[in-house]
Amino acid sequence: MNKSDIVSPENLVYQKPVLMNDNHMHYCPGCSHGVVHKLVAEVIDEMNIQDSTIGVAPVGCAVFAYNYLDIDWMEAAHGRAPALATAAKRMSPDKMVFTYQGDGDLAAIGTAETIHACNRGENIAIIFINNGIYGMTGGQMAPTTLDNMVTSTSPDGRDVQTMGNPLKILDILALLDGVCLASRQSVHTAAAVKKAKRYIRLAFENSMAGKGTSIVEIVSTCNAGWKMTPVDANSWMEENMFKVYPIGDLKNI
Amino acid sequence: MAKVIGYVEVNTQRCKGCNLCVVACPTNVLELQPREVNDRGYHFVYMKNPDDCIGCANCGTVCPDGCLTVYKKKLG
Repeated sequence: MNKSDIVSPENLVYQKPVLMNDNHMHYCPGCSHGVVHKLVAEVIDEMNIQDSTIGVAPVGCAVFAYNYLDIDWMEAAHGRAPALATAAKRMSPDKMVFTYQGDGDLAAIGTAETIHACNRGENIAIIFINNGIYGMTGGQMAPTTLDNMVTSTSPDGRDVQTMGNPLKILDILALLDGVCLASRQSVHTAAAVKKAKRYIRLAFENSMAGKGTSIVEIVSTCNAGWKMTPVDANSWMEENMFKVYPIGDLKNI
Repeated sequence: MAKVIGYVEVNTQRCKGCNLCVVACPTNVLELQPREVNDRGYHFVYMKNPDDCIGCANCGTVCPDGCLTVYKKKLG
């Protein structure tokens, strides 16, 4: 059987989401951001809400998300995405508003905004990419960096005595009454990707149902920052990141 | 003989040669081009063993850049 017999629209089982355009993505090869972008695009397309979705992308590698997904986007100052999303959602309650934040953004400079948006139970969805470092600026240590993890600003490994412990921000947020979904997922295998997609969809549905704030943490790799190949980074994540950031639901009501 | 046959269409210019699809494939269909590169200098992926493809779309699912389009056809 040759190619022309198989390649036809009725046999199609997978393609790039229609909301993702053809712009070349600036992410490093193998970056988890691309997979999560695809999931967001697929969920928005399946829910048929592309005309009423507003994404908020603050500073981080995903700051250019507006170049890749054909929905409405806003740019927030570093860490302030939940504040901006609060305003957008309160002004337009019929819109689906989500933020797309990294760990340096959500767990460091934006901790206050994140915690208070969640505490108020704003009807927004937060997609939280946790790769343990500041990827965009060159792999510096973040609050979420693991114990003994080597980064460009902790070349001998993170020493928890002087540099603090890895911040499990999702565990903190799950305690807040305004939060209806706090789940930690990953996108390193096809099965994990499909599961993460279900949670992103649930978060979006919660937002539209007015149930409160939904947070989906995606434990991710930053192979360039970790100085590994994408495949090695995935196995390193499974061995090390999952011990500190175990996959699963912390809260789902 | 397999009851289904698949085909993976690669957007070779978009591919960054990250190798994630190669390890995600359960039937070892894919491989990175050993010598050829695309315009950006990446060794893009190609179907080394096209007859083994079952169209499971694992490769497309894990691809961070959306380079892969997967087709599946039942045989017989």
